Amino acid sequence: MTEWTNEPGLCPLRSSGPRPAGLGAQAEVEETLKRIQSHKGVIGTMVVNAEGIPIRTTLDNSTTVQYAGLLHQLTVKARSTVRDIDPQNDLTFLRIRSKKHEIMVAPDKEYLLIVIQNPCE
Amino acid sequence: MAPKSQKQKSSGGQKNPKRDKTKQALPDSEEREPINMESMGHPEIYPLVLTTQTQEILNCRIDKDITDEKPYILIKKEDILADFQNRGAVSDFYPVRKVIQEYPGDELLVVYDKDFRYGLNFYLIGTEEGKENYLNPPEVPEEQEEYKEHTPEDVYVYKPPISKPWVSLGSEKEIEEESVKESTKQITYMISRKRSEFGAPIKFSDQNASSVKDAYIECTAYPDRHFTLKQLEKDVGIQGVPKIKDTSTQTRWTYPKNAITQYYPRELSEEEKETFGQSKSLSDFLNNTSISVEIALQQNEIMNTFIDDWKCLAEEESTFGDKTDTHLKEYQSFTDLHTLTEKMVTSVSWHPTIYGLIAVSVAVRLSLEERVHFSGKLLLQPSLILFWSFSDPIHPQLMLESPDDIFCFKFCPSDPNIIAGGCINGQIVMWDITAHADRIENIKTGGSRRKKVTLKPMFLLEPDSNKEAMYIRHCAVSSIENGHKKVITDIHWLPDTFEINRLGAVFENRNGICCQLVTCSADCTICFWDIRPQKALIQQPIEKKKEEHIEIPFDVPSTFLHLDLSWKPLTKIRLSKGETSLDHCPTKISLSEGDLLYKAQDKILAQSKAVKAGEMNPYHNLEGGLANHLKPIEDFCTKFFVGTEEGGVIYTDWKMERDPETGRLMTKKPVSLYTVHDGAVHTVQRSPFYQDIILTIGGWNVAIWKEGVMTGPLLQSSCAPKRYTAGHWSLTRPGVFYIGREDGYVDIWDLLEKTHEPSLSQNICITMITYIKPWTFSAKQQFIAIADYYGTLHILEIPWTLSHPSTNEVSSINYYFEREVKHLEYVEQRKKIREQEKKEMELELEKKKVKTYQKSKEQLEAELKLDYESYLELEKNTLVNLGFIKVKETISFVDL
Repeated sequence: MTEWTNEPGLCPLRSSGPRPAGLGAQAEVEETLKRIQSHKGVIGTMVVNAEGIPIRTTLDNSTTVQYAGLLHQLTVKARSTVRDIDPQNDLTFLRIRSKKHEIMVAPDKEYLLIVIQNPCE
Repeated sequence: MAPKSQKQKSSGGQKNPKRDKTKQALPDSEEREPINMESMGHPEIYPLVLTTQTQEILNCRIDKDITDEKPYILIKKEDILADFQNRGAVSDFYPVRKVIQEYPGDELLVVYDKDFRYGLNFYLIGTEEGKENYLNPPEVPEEQEEYKEHTPEDVYVYKPPISKPWVSLGSEKEIEEESVKESTKQITYMISRKRSEFGAPIKFSDQNASSVKDAYIECTAYPDRHFTLKQLEKDVGIQGVPKIKDTSTQTRWTYPKNAITQYYPRELSEEEKETFGQSKSLSDFLNNTSISVEIALQQNEIMNTFIDDWKCLAEEESTFGDKTDTHLKEYQSFTDLHTLTEKMVTSVSWHPTIYGLIAVSVAVRLSLEERVHFSGKLLLQPSLILFWSFSDPIHPQLMLESPDDIFCFKFCPSDPNIIAGGCINGQIVMWDITAHADRIENIKTGGSRRKKVTLKPMFLLEPDSNKEAMYIRHCAVSSIENGHKKVITDIHWLPDTFEINRLGAVFENRNGICCQLVTCSADCTICFWDIRPQKALIQQPIEKKKEEHIEIPFDVPSTFLHLDLSWKPLTKIRLSKGETSLDHCPTKISLSEGDLLYKAQDKILAQSKAVKAGEMNPYHNLEGGLANHLKPIEDFCTKFFVGTEEGGVIYTDWKMERDPETGRLMTKKPVSLYTVHDGAVHTVQRSPFYQDIILTIGGWNVAIWKEGVMTGPLLQSSCAPKRYTAGHWSLTRPGVFYIGREDGYVDIWDLLEKTHEPSLSQNICITMITYIKPWTFSAKQQFIAIADYYGTLHILEIPWTLSHPSTNEVSSINYYFEREVKHLEYVEQRKKIREQEKKEMELELEKKKVKTYQKSKEQLEAELKLDYESYLELEKNTLVNLGFIKVKETISFVDL
């Protein structure tokens, strides 16, 4: 795996330091989300369930609900498109690049992870 | 009975060919055949009618011998035959006589047909089998019923299909027919060279086939007339395709109906979110997906893959003019040659809509003493605002008269025909040039007209109306007692988006026009004025008006008649320094939503179009707007910057508050005050690109401020060699501003190039520059008007490099300002650290002093001790020498 040097703005892929064994799944969840949020340029992060209802978010409620609803529909459509063309295939990642920022969607069977980043200019 | 029997006989004749096995004998035309119910599926049944007589004879009476339980009777064959003999043809059995005669058995079954199922009241079963069937009906139906009950309870058992041997149904023949096989064996040729020539070099050459005779043999195709082949059969594959048809229909919508849907998004409650957060599936999901997400995030951080480098490399291609040319080019200059006294230009303003029209206010170049001295002479000469046009450098187009010298004036942003000016005596003067608007709009044609005139002979020359400048009288002045007491130094129109009331609270402006002014004057006050008639004041000055009834000349418009001489300010704000010292003397102010110069042009065009379209000019109908109850605007920044004559920059609030002690309205204390300039501040201006960046010029230096940053100016230049007397931001380039000096030079500062000194210095005239005003007419043409102390107005053209911003200039300058803000913060922090350090250093010094003091004290004591001991020694020795003390010497035993 290539090694990233620790320049400001770049963090290593895996968190450094040992994690105490007693922490539950919730702390792990929080830690991962915090790590993603601390990347350079990240505006917001949210986790959405299979129906498009947000579970965790760092943005305000109205924005979150809007993003969740719209991106959930788009992900379903994208996934069905990929699978229509080749049923053996499946959607792994969706990136939408716009003038102002980039929206990244990582789909899964039950959840959806949405990250909005402002790419460095 | 007779017609029925006839009918039977006739139909019996027809049914004859359908006889089956029961009747073997061929039909006889003479014999009347009995009818049987073959048509109904019972060929053995022969319907009969038995009269009561027959019934009595044969003992088959209804209801006596034949009952419902036993509706049949077995009659002996002999009885029926006897009946035949007795009664002959009359007997009821006569029609079926043949059947009876041929009946094998002894007894015949006659059944009573109660329901007349077969047409008659009795029927005879003519076969033994039928008799047996009737008497002993088979049990088949019952069995079937039982069977049906059992089937639903059966469980379906899956039986896998068993492969059976293939049975040919003829399909392999078709396949045989359709398949393509080679009919003849293929001929193969093998061509090889002589063995000896293998490996030898080959030389190929081209040869035209037609040139050599026997190189090839050709069989040309030719149509054979004697042979024709007609295709009788054609084998074509056809595929059946479902036929698709598209139709659409439009329903008629009888009436529109509003439908509203209201919804709210589904959300999870807090507990549900908690449970989700603790679920293992979520953490697994995040662990899996965070890898790819982080890769994607880092890709973006490393490089922006969507930048078109080629595009970014190229600067704006459409450069107009030479890039190396950075000097301002002289375009035109205007001087008023008709005046007698020497005048200086105090204020310059470009006409917002008309191209090439610029208005200049001139004042006499005399100090206060001289003014008083020459006051008689001055009264005779009118003070003017001159309108110059590019097309006529000698004669001004319009001249606006005012009671005294104007020191500042502004066109109204919503109607360029309204001009407000501030006088040297503290009055505000209003002009309305709507009547002359068409005159100044068609100035361009003036030049050509004049040319025509010169061709005519002298005696036919008429005074051309264009040549003679019109003197336009002002239409309103403010009240002398209630207004300012000293010269008005600055005047601004409040934007048409809001208006204020007596307390300084901000309300929305429903008129859509600018109707309020703000002025500041040397008597240390800032006043807000409203040009609409104040209803409350109408009652009072009725008497006063009678006294001061001045006849207004007929050619002056009555737009502001209600204001004339009775105009009071809405609010007055006094800039006081405190009770003891003198008040601040404001020279210039800059409001928060003030002059958006570069947007004004579009706005005015739109508004003037609207006015022309239909309604009356709103300025002629000012009373209409007062009665409305207005909505206050919240969160409005009522703070503004003021530059003073002492060189200070004040940031204060115009909202009044009630003094808790006296109950009067009081102005708030200023938020901040800085004295950075060495002389009077003559320019306080907001940048056209950034709402919160203010440029202040005064004395010998320049300062740039950011609204909200209280620690100090972002940029403060060092003292210049000459005093700065005028200045202005560039309208198109965010980092450029122009400063005029007292020696007639213009300094052009470019913040992207140098921030410590001007990037360019150019000489314009020989005397002090009093006013600078740039103006954009198009993307390619930008002018700057520079007015000097001797009354000349110079118009210069700004070169391409100074007028056209480079790409990202706005963001670069913004970044620069942000850096400066951070620098200021850093300086503040360092100050604190320095103070801390200073304190520590002082403490250390104190400690040091204390230590040295202590040290010397110890030393002294040690020295004293030594001295004392040495003295004791000395004493001892002396006493020994004198023999008073016998010294017991310890003699060594060696000596002894």
